[in-house]
Amino acid sequence: MIKTDILIIGAGPTGLFAVFEAGLLKLKCHLIDALPQPGGQLSEIYPKKPIYDIPGYPSVLAGELVDNLMEQIKPFSPGFTLGERADTLEKTEDGQFVVTTSKGTKHMAPVVAIAGGLGSFEPRKPPIDNIDHFESNGVEYMVRDPEKFRDKKIILGGGGDSALDWAIYLADVAEEVTLVHRREKFRGALDSVEKVKQLSDEGRVELLTSAQVVGLKGNGHLDSVIIRHKEKGDITKEVDHFIPLFGLTPKLGPMANWGLEIEKNAIVVDTFDYQTNIPGVFAVGDINTYPGKLKLILCGFHEATLMCQSAYKIIYPDKKLSFKYTTVSGVKGFEE
Amino acid sequence: MSDIKLTVIDRDDKEHVLDAPTDMNFNLMEICKSYDLPVKATCGGMALCSTCHVYVLSNHELSEMSEDEEDMLDQAFFVQDNSRLGCQIRITEKLDGLKVKLAPEAD
Repeated sequence: MIKTDILIIGAGPTGLFAVFEAGLLKLKCHLIDALPQPGGQLSEIYPKKPIYDIPGYPSVLAGELVDNLMEQIKPFSPGFTLGERADTLEKTEDGQFVVTTSKGTKHMAPVVAIAGGLGSFEPRKPPIDNIDHFESNGVEYMVRDPEKFRDKKIILGGGGDSALDWAIYLADVAEEVTLVHRREKFRGALDSVEKVKQLSDEGRVELLTSAQVVGLKGNGHLDSVIIRHKEKGDITKEVDHFIPLFGLTPKLGPMANWGLEIEKNAIVVDTFDYQTNIPGVFAVGDINTYPGKLKLILCGFHEATLMCQSAYKIIYPDKKLSFKYTTVSGVKGFEE
Repeated sequence: MSDIKLTVIDRDDKEHVLDAPTDMNFNLMEICKSYDLPVKATCGGMALCSTCHVYVLSNHELSEMSEDEEDMLDQAFFVQDNSRLGCQIRITEKLDGLKVKLAPEAD
């Protein structure tokens, strides 16, 4: 069991900055994020885009801002549980919260701060009616262990880097690799496109462009797919696995069942301290909503700052809290 | 500068005629959002999600697709020849009478 003062769900800019403000109050933080790296959408969606509305920075690349935040919070040595989605929130008898992740990691804290942004990033699922039915029964949204596909018949869907890279890799592992892509053109690194074309010429990867997987068949486990080709019409193909690789999309996910008041995919908070309808559970940044809400990083920073004041009073109800400027007190980190 | 009229057909096939100003540097996604139409606009208009995916039904000449938009539509579902991302359609006087339909939600 990981124990901390404030358990932050979401390691985007707001969650990261919360660590700093909490640290100034000598509160320890631990962050959980479904993505394998900190930074949230800044790292995942637009690391190379400049942001122009961070006070004091005429322009900063999203990726740089994340690096700077990581540097800024270093003295407070936050803990991280990355690549795991926060799945359940329970309250213990002594008023602590226990959050368990998709991989079963348990975290305990008196205060939970949800800084979940747009939700957790999950693979985009193609709109095929019975796709849920075949999940882990032949349909995989990511390649965790390529060995699973040794000597199997594989269909990959998509035209980006991950589809191309796995087609190249699996050509040596699987019995048969087919890459199905909706268009003629591939985005993704030119090298990879060339390599896949070469493998296709050698007959080691079957390339089906202007085509989409539209149907899945099988009794329990997937055994064939229907591919709709622009000119050739529907083709049925025997396969062991279908791996659709269409990028990630954010979803509110299991959090929607935590008993939080939700309005239009966002968590309703009180603007006094950004606390939710569950006392001790706060929501800051893009995931919350209140009258006048703007989804801006700088607003998330503000919300996280005020939230920490209330968090302190929950954790130390009998201690006095006096506000100090960093210009006066400096930043005193924690001993490792 | 004057307002133009746009027609947006929602996912229940209901037609909405919207007034859109041409002097505010708006895009179609922003207009839809300001009328509370069900456009999520997850990425906020950076052509980085496809939640503002629309089908263009009228014959207006639109700006050419950027590589970003093309890439994003490439990962989207329910894509047709007349698919565009609303956030990449800048509202100008030339678009008076534009008619679009919201594409189905993929999630």
